[in-house]
Amino acid sequence: MTEQIHLAAHFPGVNNTTVWSDPRSGSQIDFGSFRHLAETAERGRFDFFFLAEGLRLREMKGRIHDLDVMGRPESLTVLAALSAVTTRLGLAATVNSTFNEPYEVARRLATLDHLSGGRAAWNVVTSWDAFTGENFRRGGYLAEADRYTRAKEFLQTARELWDTWADDAVTADPVRGEFLREGGVTPFRHTGRHFDIQGLFNVPRGPQGHPVIIQAGDSDEGREFAASSADVIFSRHGRPEEARTFYRDVKRRLAAYGRRPADLKIMPAVTYVLGDTEAEAAECAAEIRRAQVSPANAIVFLEGVWGRDMSFCDPDGPLPDVEPELGEGVSRGRAQFRGDRAATAAKWRAVAQEKNLTIRELVIEMSARQTFVGTAASVAEQMTSFVRTGAADGFVLVPHLTPGGLDELVDQVVPLLQEKGVYRADYTGTTLRDHLGLRSPVKETS
Amino acid sequence: MTLHLAVALDGAGWHPAAWRADGARPDLLFTAGYWADLVVEAERGLLDWVTFEDSLAVQSTRHDSPDGRRDQVRGRLDAVLLASALAPLTTRIGLVPTTGVTHTEPFHVSIGIASLDHAARGRAGWRPRVSARPHEAAHFGRRTFPPIDPAGPTARRHIERLLREGVDFVEVVRRLWDSWEDDAEIRDTATGRFVDRDKLHPIDFRGEWFSVRGPSITPRSPQGRPLVTSLAHSALPYDFAARTSDVVYVTPRDADDAAAVVTEVRAAETAAGRTGPPLKIFADLEVYLGPPGRRARLDDLDGATHVSDAHVFEGTPEQLADLLLMWRASGVEGFRLRPGVLPHDLPAVTRGLVPELQARGVFRRAYETTGLRGRLGLPRPPSRYVTAS
Repeated sequence: MTEQIHLAAHFPGVNNTTVWSDPRSGSQIDFGSFRHLAETAERGRFDFFFLAEGLRLREMKGRIHDLDVMGRPESLTVLAALSAVTTRLGLAATVNSTFNEPYEVARRLATLDHLSGGRAAWNVVTSWDAFTGENFRRGGYLAEADRYTRAKEFLQTARELWDTWADDAVTADPVRGEFLREGGVTPFRHTGRHFDIQGLFNVPRGPQGHPVIIQAGDSDEGREFAASSADVIFSRHGRPEEARTFYRDVKRRLAAYGRRPADLKIMPAVTYVLGDTEAEAAECAAEIRRAQVSPANAIVFLEGVWGRDMSFCDPDGPLPDVEPELGEGVSRGRAQFRGDRAATAAKWRAVAQEKNLTIRELVIEMSARQTFVGTAASVAEQMTSFVRTGAADGFVLVPHLTPGGLDELVDQVVPLLQEKGVYRADYTGTTLRDHLGLRSPVKETS
Repeated sequence: MTLHLAVALDGAGWHPAAWRADGARPDLLFTAGYWADLVVEAERGLLDWVTFEDSLAVQSTRHDSPDGRRDQVRGRLDAVLLASALAPLTTRIGLVPTTGVTHTEPFHVSIGIASLDHAARGRAGWRPRVSARPHEAAHFGRRTFPPIDPAGPTARRHIERLLREGVDFVEVVRRLWDSWEDDAEIRDTATGRFVDRDKLHPIDFRGEWFSVRGPSITPRSPQGRPLVTSLAHSALPYDFAARTSDVVYVTPRDADDAAAVVTEVRAAETAAGRTGPPLKIFADLEVYLGPPGRRARLDDLDGATHVSDAHVFEGTPEQLADLLLMWRASGVEGFRLRPGVLPHDLPAVTRGLVPELQARGVFRRAYETTGLRGRLGLPRPPSRYVTAS
């Protein structure tokens, strides 16, 4: 069989790539926006709909960042509402393992799996910063080194809880007066470094047994975690060469955990721009980049890399000759700049000089990550080739518009993929595990 | 003036053997369709709202541990998510889930209920619930709770502390709801600013149990502040309700007791220094409508006489209407009915009791408002952080 492409939809909310200044840009919070995007994704036979999470508003230089879309609902609550207006689409929630407890997260995910008839997924993320911790009981207590140990133990504990109810525990036989069968529910006891808990779980096992587990980490530890525990990797590698390298590396790690390459789907986050001609698409892509990097946003980007106040700069002028600050940086609550600041600044400076770019042009050059640009036919071809050459199993599409950002792709590109025979014409199963071709989880023996 | 009527949904009904009654669908309790049918029926009956029970432990006939029984319904879905899944299927009825306030994070609860209010377009409520149960605490492993001895002084101190913590919890949640002013989102393309950061406020709550910085990540919801409701049986929880809630569910035994409870609740409000609209007092009643003997037959099935914390009513819709009007004369403004057996007693409320009340001119014939607060005549409050400028 030809390699099949998997598609997922990322809701373009709080994100510097979301173009809110476009007149077609709608609400990032109204339920109608979520519904529109989810219904479009389901019309396009997507595997799942993905929601990111933020637990503190982003800040720049100690003040709330005001240039990007701000404000989002709680992921699982929105997905539960979407479960009522969709029938097949997988529903993936990002839920932090640092600022939650396993009993509650396990029962909320099991609930979503029941309400949706087996369509729940959990993107397990970690956090360690005291900044986000200031919104929670125990604050930012977790050392960075502990974030994966807690995440691993968290996921392990959630799985133990899901496994305490047998698939057939609820017999609900009114004549015999037996609601639960004997031995159908067993107590749990988990004693570990991060959790010491015991008792009875209170949600029956969901239709999928375990929700689909998604992981997004890219470090060596993150890759091992994914290879051991995840069903899907939401990767950042959208360029073919680095994507292939990443793909090979992660798939290679699976064997050590007794898993097959098909047990873990790798789906990079990608963007797309369509035009009637290649030239029109390229022009449109350039316009989007300019909208994503407004003059004010260009300075914010620069400050993120330089780690200091750069507000004295003219975004349409040249890069000034100042050195980066090597400390903590000025941006909080977003993916931190974690590289070598001095080296990155030197690289930026070299590119600016070589191509004679203004600050804004430079930021566009360095930050633009448009993956697929072209006509519907060429984008369909690019996506197919990406998957065929072992760079990914599919894509998480990140549109730049809310909520209509997937309309064109679903109307124009999806039919072409279906014609090529690389994408399903219709859903063949009902659960997200079915869509992804994943095996049912094997129960842990306790 | 219209009488207010809510219905409490839980499992197959409030009698422990309800799931064995004719028409119960116990095999579907964990499906969305089961709950959708119930809520659509409740909305058809023009009820004010439905509540959803929840806890972070399996149901038990004991206070301090699971009872190991397999002959009663065990297991529950998360109430906030359940309510949210019902939001797109309804348009007018209020959706009021229960959440714990003892083991969870106020930040998570705050954004969950606000998100429900967004999804339901202004129909969300919330019932915060304190848990003193040691086995529930063991599911979290963060604190060890003393055994519950209702008579002992330890239990009282323990519960007092938990209620004080709960008061702080609700305060944090309410401040987070207010932390975005209504017009914080400006989308000013001229300056490139999406929000006016001066209209987003840190809440900076510092208390014995929490310090929460804020602001929320979720913009202010359609109601501004979703309706907060709590259940109270005695003086300590009356105080909790007076400090935290818009509505209190109470459990009087009869009309005279209802009058006494109303007096106690009003005194608690004064003692707490409550400002703003007084608590709306709703009486909880467990109801078995129709021919006599239904409850006794269920008791037989269960092998024990079911004891409720609320008054148990058995009789016809006409008799129930009489009772509601009599209790209302004692100062109760509304009722939360707990159907003994959902497939029987919920339709008996919507198709029997409601027409009876309508005929007496004391119940609406159509929904006049879409928002839940508005239905109770409660104003949409401005954010506390709005400063006169």
